[in-house]
Amino acid sequence: MVASTKRADPAAGKSLRRGRRRPLDASVKVILVLAALVSIVTTVGIIIALGGPTVGFFRQVSIADFFTGTSWTPTFAQKAYGVLPLVAATLVATGIALLIAVPLGLGSAIYLAEYAAPRSRKVLKPIIEMLAGVPTVVYGFVALFALNPILQDFWPGEQKPAFQNLLVAGIAMGVMIVPTVASVSEDAMSAVPRGLREGAYALASSKMQVSTRVVVPAAISGIVAAVVLGISRAIGETMIVTMAGGLVSDSIKFNPIESAATMTAFIANISSGDIPVGSLEYDSVFAVGSLLFVMTFALNALSIRMVRRFREVYE
Amino acid sequence: MISSTLTDRPSITTDTGAALTRGRRRGGEILFRTALQLCLLIVSTVLVALLAWVLTKGWNRLDARLWENMPSSLVSRLDTAGVQSALIGTLWIISLTAAICLPIGILSAIYLEEYADNNRWHNRMLELNIQNLAGVPSIIFGILGLGIVARVLGLGFSVITAAIVLSLLVLPVVIIATREALRAVPQSTRHASYALGATKWQTVSRQVLPAAVPGIATGAILALSRAIGEAAPLLVLGAVTFITFNPQGLDDKYTALPIQIYTFITRPQEEYSELAAAAIVLLLGIVLLMNSIAIFLRNRFEKRR
Amino acid sequence: MNRYLLSRRVLVGTAVAALALAGCSSNADSDTGAGEALSGDVSVDGSSTVAPLSEAAATLYKEDQARVNVSVGTSGTGGGFEKFCKGEIDISDASRPIKDEEKAACEAAGVTFVELVVANDALTVVANKENSFLDCLTTDQLKKIWEPNSKVKNWNEVDPSFPAQPIALFGPGTDSGTFDYFTDEINGEEGASRTDYTASENDNVLVQGISGSKNGLGYFGYTYYEENASKLKAVKIDSGSGCVEPSKDNVLNGTYKPLGRSLFIYVSSAGVTKPQVSDFVTFYLENIDDIVEAAAYIPLSDEQKTKLKSDFETLKSS
Repeated sequence: MVASTKRADPAAGKSLRRGRRRPLDASVKVILVLAALVSIVTTVGIIIALGGPTVGFFRQVSIADFFTGTSWTPTFAQKAYGVLPLVAATLVATGIALLIAVPLGLGSAIYLAEYAAPRSRKVLKPIIEMLAGVPTVVYGFVALFALNPILQDFWPGEQKPAFQNLLVAGIAMGVMIVPTVASVSEDAMSAVPRGLREGAYALASSKMQVSTRVVVPAAISGIVAAVVLGISRAIGETMIVTMAGGLVSDSIKFNPIESAATMTAFIANISSGDIPVGSLEYDSVFAVGSLLFVMTFALNALSIRMVRRFREVYE
Repeated sequence: MISSTLTDRPSITTDTGAALTRGRRRGGEILFRTALQLCLLIVSTVLVALLAWVLTKGWNRLDARLWENMPSSLVSRLDTAGVQSALIGTLWIISLTAAICLPIGILSAIYLEEYADNNRWHNRMLELNIQNLAGVPSIIFGILGLGIVARVLGLGFSVITAAIVLSLLVLPVVIIATREALRAVPQSTRHASYALGATKWQTVSRQVLPAAVPGIATGAILALSRAIGEAAPLLVLGAVTFITFNPQGLDDKYTALPIQIYTFITRPQEEYSELAAAAIVLLLGIVLLMNSIAIFLRNRFEKRR
Repeated sequence: MNRYLLSRRVLVGTAVAALALAGCSSNADSDTGAGEALSGDVSVDGSSTVAPLSEAAATLYKEDQARVNVSVGTSGTGGGFEKFCKGEIDISDASRPIKDEEKAACEAAGVTFVELVVANDALTVVANKENSFLDCLTTDQLKKIWEPNSKVKNWNEVDPSFPAQPIALFGPGTDSGTFDYFTDEINGEEGASRTDYTASENDNVLVQGISGSKNGLGYFGYTYYEENASKLKAVKIDSGSGCVEPSKDNVLNGTYKPLGRSLFIYVSSAGVTKPQVSDFVTFYLENIDDIVEAAAYIPLSDEQKTKLKSDFETLKSS
């Protein structure tokens, strides 16, 4: 995702143009700048779209209630606006996803970076990328109709997993973010210079020692960036948790075999039901959206900085 | 998800490590290697199992009915139901999305790579902004669409709104991929062009861009295949509607394959989940085809260097 | 020729062609001439309980008038009224009558409408098929289970002869007219309900949830129960005069109380001025029996049908 070669030098074109008026070039530059500004407009638009109703929300619900309340029932007659149940469900689903994605992703990345012959890489990398291309609605469908029945059949104990539960949603999400974790980790490991590896081999290290004690520690900031990116994707994932996770948000639940609504599931469910515009319930959607935006923004910013750090060290 | 242009990485052959450990602690080595291979095996198996399961579940409905007929909610008519409105809606959305996000994305990338001085703060901010947008959850884009595009701009819940929202969603992907492709064009090409007296735009449009086309195409295809599969923003945009007609104008209502699949699973009858599986096969077919083309292009492109 | 410029031109050319084609064939608002081929849009939105009825009407209507685009949304009864009173949709599906504040909003926006009863429904309380102890519940027992802040967790708290097993509750989400109706009739106030149950608009979730849980209990529309009768068991309701089971007959003769209800569509006068909307509603009402049967709902009684015809005539003439 981040390029590895040096940029073109913009100054080069300028010196040769000095003294020559080229209206085409000037207008081209204007068009290009306008195109680039679309991305700024997008961000500004997101902030405005989220901000207005969020401010309206916090005029009626105190920030303390929002962040410390333990029940989220904006659509019932007895309204409660504590966001913690949604956040807890998000964290549970994300945690389960990471338990799956980090070992599988990291293991695949180490194998591809250190062990695989170029011919097998050609086959294996596309397979991982295919997994990334599967739409999330498909993951949701598979989780609900294939994975959950299996889980229910083989679950020990009296209480079987509910029809929609965080465990099955978390597993599906984990598989979905394996390519993210694998590909960024692999980038990081490939950026480690040959010299480090060869030095280790020269000191009679085994391949496993080189992989685990030289390459991984050297690439650690990139690997952590990969995990952080995975977390961010899992937190922001909507379809899987909406279809397979559930819509219960009246209390904080940490039991993954129960139904619970994550932040994104709440937004998706209520938005498709279309509550009256301008009402407090409507604004609550935007308040949760703002929280989601801030969380993923922070995680992404962290991840970008870490990627930059590993690039700086090795390039 | 774009894979970075991973070209020649340090190719330590497997022999090096093996030779040096001959006879020593081979057991741990083999276990480790097997564990790693297991990871990849699990990943591959999951993909294959997923595809196989969906295929078997939807097998009965994988015929011409799927694209010839409209969806039906009459239980008595279920065996003639299809997903034509969703299929056509998806094709409409993708064409419109491509028409909007590709020009903007490519032009933005050209600006950032070829024209923008990286030492200026506003250009650095532009870059940072794009990288952040790449990580924003898709449902937030749906909220953006609802609040601004549908309501303030008055475009309502129509195909053009969906296309605009999806374009904004995948714009960072197009920009980042195009930038990498441009970056991969050697400096010597540019310098040679300048040396022959070309202007900046001539250099970019006639030398750099053509050389970068395969990389740009790869990025564009990956971005569009991601847009096809997105359902979350469309949910917020009110696309969950029973539609038995194909869109005919930019401001028409629509439905799309991911949304239709989502709707099917809300009904308990077994036939609906079969229909959903068949629709998934259709959707996956399109998406995986696009991804394969992109990967194929990237491999060919890499070989040339 | 420059490869890049060529491919870019092809792209732009195709886009322009596609948009031009789109513009050419974009829908005009309506075609005149009753009895001839009509075209135009009819937008329906509202209750997800009534939606299958409107969807059935749309599907059957399409065989008659293929060029009229009928879209049926499911924003919920409340959401439907909101759009209806803003003039955004022509027909509002509702599983409860319009509230006073919604009426006021319509008046304020200058939207006049007519209320048409199109079918009957028996709001059914449903349990797992394997449930052997549950046959009938009184309305008091239902209230005890479902009221706000209800502490009832186990079956034996409802009736000492029931086993000491935890109840697994399922029901529609709070945006649903079904929810409004049930809470109004059973708990005495619309929207008043305990909050710790599995709420979902998605009836697959409810059906699967109840059929997958031996101690499951839930409520939704009669049609959804009937379509899944092999997995579910309908509970008889006793509102003071004995246990009555939900069925077509019991709703039509008024003995299934208080959960027998009417299903409505609301049509705006502004909407009816459009030929395609008027034609669609006429079709809907003239073929109401076929539509109700196709969607497997409880049909209207004869007097309801007479009232229906006269109500619509009033609308058309206004």
